[in-house]
This record gives sequence, structure tokens and C-alpha cells, in this order.
Amino acid sequence: MTSDTSASLSISVTELTKTYGKVFALNRVSIDVKAGEFLTLLGPSGSGKTTLLMAIAGFNRPDSGRICFGDDDVTVLPPHKRGVGMVFQNYALFPHMSVFENVAFPLKLRKIPADEKRQRVTEALQTVQLSDFAERGIDQLSGGQRQRVALARAFVFGPKILLMDEPLSALDKKLREEMQIELKQLHRQLGVTTVYVTHDQREALTMSDRIAIIDHGELAQIGTPREIYNAPANHFVASFIGESSFFPLTKNKSGTLHYAGVSVGKVPNRATHENWTLVIRPERLSLRAPKTSKNTDKIYFSGKITELVYQGETAIVMMVMEDGHNLTARMNTRAGNDVDSLRVGQNLLVGIDKQDVIIIPGEAS
Amino acid sequence: MTPSPTPHREDALNATKLRVAERRQSLMVLALTLPAIIAVCLVIVIPVGWLFSLSFLDSNGDLSLVNYEKMIAYKSYLRVFKTTFNVSFLTTFLCIVIGYPLAYFLSQIPRKYVGLFMLTVLLPFWTSLLVRTYAWLVMLQRNGLINNFAIDLGIWDAPVKLAHNLNGTLIGMVHIMLPFLVLPLYAAMRRIDRHALQAAANLGATPVQAFWQIFVPLSLPGVVAGSLIVFVLCLGFYVTPAVLGGGKVILVSMQITAILEDQFNWGAASALGVVLLVSTFAVLLLASRFLKLDSVMFGRR
Repeated sequence: MTSDTSASLSISVTELTKTYGKVFALNRVSIDVKAGEFLTLLGPSGSGKTTLLMAIAGFNRPDSGRICFGDDDVTVLPPHKRGVGMVFQNYALFPHMSVFENVAFPLKLRKIPADEKRQRVTEALQTVQLSDFAERGIDQLSGGQRQRVALARAFVFGPKILLMDEPLSALDKKLREEMQIELKQLHRQLGVTTVYVTHDQREALTMSDRIAIIDHGELAQIGTPREIYNAPANHFVASFIGESSFFPLTKNKSGTLHYAGVSVGKVPNRATHENWTLVIRPERLSLRAPKTSKNTDKIYFSGKITELVYQGETAIVMMVMEDGHNLTARMNTRAGNDVDSLRVGQNLLVGIDKQDVIIIPGEAS
Repeated sequence: MTPSPTPHREDALNATKLRVAERRQSLMVLALTLPAIIAVCLVIVIPVGWLFSLSFLDSNGDLSLVNYEKMIAYKSYLRVFKTTFNVSFLTTFLCIVIGYPLAYFLSQIPRKYVGLFMLTVLLPFWTSLLVRTYAWLVMLQRNGLINNFAIDLGIWDAPVKLAHNLNGTLIGMVHIMLPFLVLPLYAAMRRIDRHALQAAANLGATPVQAFWQIFVPLSLPGVVAGSLIVFVLCLGFYVTPAVLGGGKVILVSMQITAILEDQFNWGAASALGVVLLVSTFAVLLLASRFLKLDSVMFGRR
């Protein structure tokens, strides 16, 4: 391994390909993770995100491609020589060892002297707020506590890369959200390069510096949470991250795109696609008070309410447009919006700022 | 803070009706288990009780401890028990030595091939015990298959005594007991979380370190379960040691037969049976002191 003494290493994955039979689990995937970055691999189950993480950890051997940590090529290095920490989905704690022994295991293998070992384990357990649990058995811990032990064990030996495979998926919603924030703080504190796998888009948005979206073994898009959410590259990304309504656009000769006769934007430079789709995020829509006049910076949609769902802080208003397309709006439930007065079957006019609309290539499906 | 429950009131809504329903349900469950309880009494409690009472009668049918006194007085009895425990221990040990790698192999190959290899373990298991024992006798005797083969190949010059002694007894018993060790051990090894071994590798353990520090400790419950079954079965084993031991290795079961055939002394034979039963319980009790038998035998966590 490298003699670099900084807290983190970059990861460079180049044209990684892995097939199972005739199915591509990974198809020429290239991703660069910067040193110290928190990168999330996001995708539906079976998309290949876990295969990629396991390849980085060394647990499966790709068919072709290269994996580098910093300047070192680790493509064929066995897992026990890679020196990366990993948190498994089911925690994979050692049930025959106490919490202390679990966390001390990587230090024992590295022949760290007893005093230093005890000190480092104690510090790691403090970091994950489990100081009082050192002598407990694994079967005496709750799911959230096991999660923390797995985490402490993964970073106690000072790895420069930390991998996490859906570490929070077994926890209930409230605990999961608390742990997301804790993991984010821990990442900031340790400064270690982190690759995190999840299928939960909100988790990805919450925690990541950048998100890589994987679909059918290919990299669909990589970018910051804001980029991914505000400028999805295609239909898959737009529908996978956040909620969306899709409308087909017509293109006129000058390259302006229209929906229902209203101009919504221009075809981006260099783009050659014939078909374009308008993507509307439900929370960007707002109700227009009946008496105010139409604003020219806005695009308006008129339709009939088909369903109303009250969800506490927001309410979902589902509508069908006159041309038969569906539109979903998410309204804040504050008194001024008056969503309580809406009724199914009622006609409604909603508007969106032109700068909030998203245009993606391809046909609306 | 949950409020403490209010004390139950007899006149609470439907309290009586619900209590009657509850009682009826427990009676139903009891009624369903009754056939099993009767069967256990008929085939276990009564015969063992009868055996137990016989052991306290002398040859005239009077109550006495003479059968037990004889066991203490004659050294030969002690020797038989010693041999029985020695042979059982050796058999169990050899089963672990041979069975552990086999179970490990079975637990590591893809599940679809397990059936095929398991067949090789189970096929002998389904063949008659007597047939297998005599087959071993044919193979092991002075001019048997193994001796002839070894002499032809020049491995040894003169026939080695393989049957009618401890060697033969152990070879036969280990062969017959092996499935009883391999099956629970295989099951325990299959239950070991594959990710725990990956985690060990990830944390820096070489495959050898991961095997000894993670796999072996996690497979121990299976070793204990299998060993106990083998050991307890060995304590009462008759056919194989009788045939392959050739009268040189006398176990308790053989001693019991001898007493019944030569002296027709039911009291003495019963007393031996009782002592064997008690010592079996003692072994199990001792094992449960040191090991969590609950989790081993019944899969409790």
C-alpha cells in the first residue's frame, strides 16, 4: 500500500465490466471518487451498485477494467490486503466475540500493542456512543447498536477508504434518519473517502457529496445532489430521484420547445435529439389564486383533481389534464394555500416558474 | 412511562366469558398432546421403570442392592465401563478429525452439488448395520482385502491384525457414526454467515486467520452437537464392536448380553443398564455445565 499519511485516498474505477452468465452486472463503468469525498452509489435492486462496491472491496473479481486506490492499482489485490473498512448490510459482526473484541479484531490482526489497542477501541466506541457496551455480547444489542459496532470496527484501524453496503436498511425510519445525520458528521470528522450504497434516494440526497446513479449495470449520471435533482440527465434519473410528471414537448423549426402551445424553453446547444420531454417536480407547482392575473414567467396547467392525499406537512394533489396527461402537485398545508378547501372533481389551475421546469431528451412514456 | 395497568375487575366487560374461552383453549391443547404423552409412557417410562425396579431385586425376587454391590466388588465391571468410555471417546475424536474436513467441504461447495456428496455420506447410513459390519470384517481380516492389497503393494510385509481387536472396533464404529457427526456439523456450518468471513478478510485477516478465528469458533456448536450424539450412541453400541472386536473389546452392551445369555440374570443386566443410563445422563449434564447445550441442541439463541 501507499505510504501516504493523509486520512484518505482517491478511488479510480476505469471501464469496469462484470458479467453473470450473459447478463451485464457492470458494463464499462468508470467512476472517480475524490479523496475525502462521500459518494453514494444509488440504484434500484439488481442495478449493479452492490457488485461495484464488492469489486472495490475485492470480494468479486471483475471480467475487465481497473481499480486504483490513489496511485496503486489494486485490481487483483485480495481483500485482506486492500486495507479498506467496510460496513455490511447485515452488519456481519462476529457473534462469538464481545463488542470490544469485535472492534479490536482488525487491531489484533495488525499486532497493535495491548495498551494502544485498548485506547483505540475505547475511542472508536466513544465516537459511536457505545462506551458502556464494550463488554456486551452481540446478541444483547439492538439493531441500531449493532450498526454502530459494525461502523466502529470498520474505521478503528484507520482505513483511508470506507465502504458501506446499505448499512441502514434494516433500521426503522426514525432511527435511520438519525443515523444518516450521524454518519454524515462522522464522515466529516474522519475525513475518510466513503463509498455508500443505497436504493433510498432520500438517503442519497441527505448524505452525499456526489451521487452516482447506476441503472442496469451502467452509470446513468453522476453529480451533486442538487445537479441530479435539478438537472436529471434522462427519464430514468428523473423518475428515480424525486417525484415527477412527464409531458411530451413539440419542437418548432427555430428549436423552441412547446407544451400545449406555451413555449417552455429551447433545445440545448449541440443536442441532436428529435423528441423532448418536460419534467415537472410536484413541489415546484403552486396554486394560483383565482383573482390574480397570469404571470408571464410562469407556465400554467389546468386540469381536474382526481385524488387528494393529506400527508401532514404537505398534501398531494393529483390531476388529469385536458389532453389526458397526469400531473401531480405537492402543496404545503399552511393555511394560506387553502388546500383543505380542494375537492376531488374540481377544476384547478396550477403554475410553475419557467426556471423550475426540467427538459430532458427522449419521449415521455 | 407507561401507566400501571388498572387492577383486573371480575365484573369487567366480558371478563368471565373471556376467561372461560381461555380455559377451554388450554384444555384443547392438552387433549391434543394426550396421545403423545400416552405413547411416551408406554414405550419409555414403563419399560425403563421396570428395568430400574428389576435391578433392585436379587435372584429370589427379594429387594436388595446385591446387583450394585457386585458391580463394585468385581474389577471386571469397572474395566468394562472404562473400555466403553475409552472406545466412545476415541470414536468421537476420530469422527471429528475425519468429519470436520468433510463437513467443511460440503458447506463450501454450491448447494446444488451437496446432494450428490451427501449421498456418499448417507448411502452407507441406509444400508443394514449388520451388512456393513460384516463387510468391514471381510475387508479387515487376516487374509482380507486390505491386508492382501497392502502386502501386494509392499506397504507392509506380514498381515497386520486389523479385525478382532481395538483397531477393527474403532474403524467400524467411526464409519458407522460418521454421519451422526457430519449432518449436524454441516447444518451448523451452513448457518455461518458468509459475510462474517468476508468481514474478517476486509479487516485484514488472511484466509487462514479467518478460518481459525471466525469459522472454527462459529462451527463449534455443530461439533459439540454432533460429538454428543456420537458419544452417547457409542456408549450403548452393540453390533459393530461385538463383531469387529472379536471378544477382545468388551463394552457394557456386550456385558449385558453375556449376563443374560450365560446366567439369565435379569437383575444384574438391569443394574448394568441403569448404571449406563445414569452415566450417559452424567455426561450430558457435564457437557451442559460447560457448554450452552440449549443453543446447540435446540437452536436457541
